[in-house]
Amino acid sequence: MTYNDKVVRQFAVATVLWGIVGMLVGVLIAAQMWIPALNFDVPWLSYGRLRPLHTNAVIFAFGGSALFATSLYVVQRTCHVRLISDGLAAFVFWGWQLIILCAAITLPLGITQSKEYAELEWWIDIMIVVVWVAYAVLYFGTIIKRRVSHIYVANWFYAAYIITIAILHIFNNLSIPVSFTKSYPIYSGAVDAMVQWWYGHNAVGFFLTAGFLGMMYYFVPKQAERPIYSYRLSIVHFWALIAIYMWAGPHHLHYTSLPDWLQSLGMVFSLILLAPSWGGMINGIMTLSGAWHKLRTDPILKFMIVALSFYGMSTFEGPMMSIKTVNALSHYTDWTIGHVHSGALGWVAMMTIGSLYCLIPRLVGKKAMYSTPAIDLHFWISTIGVVLYIASMWIAGVMQGLMWRAFNDDGTLTYSFIETIAATKPYYAIRLLGGLLFFSGMLVMAWNTWKTMKGGDTSEVKAAEPAYWGSEAEGAQA
Amino acid sequence: MLNNFWSWFAILLTIGSILACWWLLHWTKGISNREDDEVGDTGHVWDEDIRELNNPLPRWWLHLFNITIVFALIYLVLFPGLGNLAGVLGWTQEKRYEDEIAAAEAAEAAIFSDYLAMAPEALINDDQAMATGRRLFGQNCAMCHGSDGRGAYGFPNLTDDEWQWGAGHDNILFAINNGRQAAMPPWEAALGDEGVMQVTEYVMKLSGHRATETLARVGEEKYAMFCVACHGADGKGNPALGAPDLTNDAWLYRGDRDTIAEAIRNGRNGNMPAFGEQLSEERRRILAAYVLSLSEGAQAD
Repeated sequence: MTYNDKVVRQFAVATVLWGIVGMLVGVLIAAQMWIPALNFDVPWLSYGRLRPLHTNAVIFAFGGSALFATSLYVVQRTCHVRLISDGLAAFVFWGWQLIILCAAITLPLGITQSKEYAELEWWIDIMIVVVWVAYAVLYFGTIIKRRVSHIYVANWFYAAYIITIAILHIFNNLSIPVSFTKSYPIYSGAVDAMVQWWYGHNAVGFFLTAGFLGMMYYFVPKQAERPIYSYRLSIVHFWALIAIYMWAGPHHLHYTSLPDWLQSLGMVFSLILLAPSWGGMINGIMTLSGAWHKLRTDPILKFMIVALSFYGMSTFEGPMMSIKTVNALSHYTDWTIGHVHSGALGWVAMMTIGSLYCLIPRLVGKKAMYSTPAIDLHFWISTIGVVLYIASMWIAGVMQGLMWRAFNDDGTLTYSFIETIAATKPYYAIRLLGGLLFFSGMLVMAWNTWKTMKGGDTSEVKAAEPAYWGSEAEGAQA
Repeated sequence: MLNNFWSWFAILLTIGSILACWWLLHWTKGISNREDDEVGDTGHVWDEDIRELNNPLPRWWLHLFNITIVFALIYLVLFPGLGNLAGVLGWTQEKRYEDEIAAAEAAEAAIFSDYLAMAPEALINDDQAMATGRRLFGQNCAMCHGSDGRGAYGFPNLTDDEWQWGAGHDNILFAINNGRQAAMPPWEAALGDEGVMQVTEYVMKLSGHRATETLARVGEEKYAMFCVACHGADGKGNPALGAPDLTNDAWLYRGDRDTIAEAIRNGRNGNMPAFGEQLSEERRRILAAYVLSLSEGAQAD
């Protein structure tokens, strides 16, 4: 039996490609925040249309391709079987690319459901459901066929992400089409807002957290050549994480017409979420203990450890921002944008980059990437980029929050809105620089990937036989 | 308000979920044992070299988890969070808002009470009142009229001495209190393309611009039929209707030929919102005085 690595290779290349595209759009809209005239008065280059293009491209095209690539690789390696169907695998790949293409056309045209991270119109939503169900059949079918009895922890997280994203996507997008380009949600008012942020927050929780924890649980021990730190911790933090994340959505709607009791629930469950989130960080970082010396020579591990650190930092920051008193300052400011990017660039992108550098040579029968110094360069460019990005947005966000709430004795606001924009402008420039650095790192990666894959050996790899270790091996011998 | 069933459903689900976290920590105790000298392993191995140790949960992490659980339960007792139960403190966001507004109004009352009795001229000469006026203008008016009050396309310049709805303090205050709705009907159907051109030429001529005389002459006749009711026979407008003076070359929507033709063809609908219910009377009076001071300042220049 051999593994199907063709679909993994396709998705890995798509990840790099969509990463470049999505981040380039991000750089453009960051530049527009600094110099608004950079939309050139062209409607489809305007901020309002490109912003959803950016978020959809980086989350679903870049992040999605990374999750497809790694989950389909990991499920085969940890179940010791080939994917159940090559045809289904090809359908998932080409179906997902078609969806991305539809998004890339409709969003700049201004065709949108106006729901954040769920902008795509009804017929694209239906395509997503079809491809996603095919993906679930492919993934769970392979799990069922596995040749080892225990299901590895990475697969728990991938499984939770696949099931939950299906539920979130379907319920949030229930709408009545009135034409090819327009539909109206079946929910209205505060209910619509609540469903939207139940979806929105769990898109972060399951797509960008659970899925990438699955990635972490395979590629960190693989690259560090160390066993996972604690099986018990993985059980506890897995179940706690997926149960508690579901409740946290209302923290996006503090001090709105959402009823008080729901706001309170959003806040307290976000706080309870801190420990389960950190469970994943601890398991990842402690897996490296005993292999710290490798950080000196292995830039791939550096990507992973920094990704885990940003994960820990942003999952601490998130619960803090969900506290109503803090939220009263942070909400609607650029602090939120900084927070999202410490998760999206620091955690999601850096974990993806580290995992791909580990994965790509294996897909073409090579020991390592073409250039390790280029990985090191990529690491430093992206790290400096992330730090500039989130530090500037922290300062800008806290400053905006303080300026907006400043009052004079006569009850008037101390600052008019335009004054807060003017004060933010330099930080937008610094943010642009950070984004530009992170984007250039992706170009280095593309070059390195090209050089590695060129002339690689793509013949199929034989599936590994299941093995035993430690106490179980002793039992097997007896 | 939830009905009784859903309220209790929410309460039980909430408490059940929180307690389930606590139960999870205890239920998994058997998996790893802190007292073991040696760190166990699970014996699982995947993909040749992926293995699992079985270290106990870090103590500080366990404490962190438990603290958040306890905090959550206490918070939900104190604040609204469990179905329809109001919470021991009786806190609501509406009440918090009302309390803060009441406190702010009480604090500001001392500052504003003097202004109510002051005449517009006195307000203009009061530096503190005008400082407040500038801030109120910045927060309520500047988005249309510009932070310097010079207006923009479709939004009147308040610093010149042209008043579409009549000059003087009382007219300004009336506009702030009640807003203004200006409506010029579209004339394309009545005039036709040619007619629009002719009337445009006449309006150009009225405002002292060069115009094609032959067209303007026909335009004048049509003006007398269609436009005179609001803009008057001499084109001086009618402040009671907000119909602008066409002879002074001061334009709300620019004074070029195309823009004038567009107005005749499609009409115009100007709309200023009313602030009577948004701002207290003292604030509206200060604003009126401030706006008056803008045009007086311009005259002095």
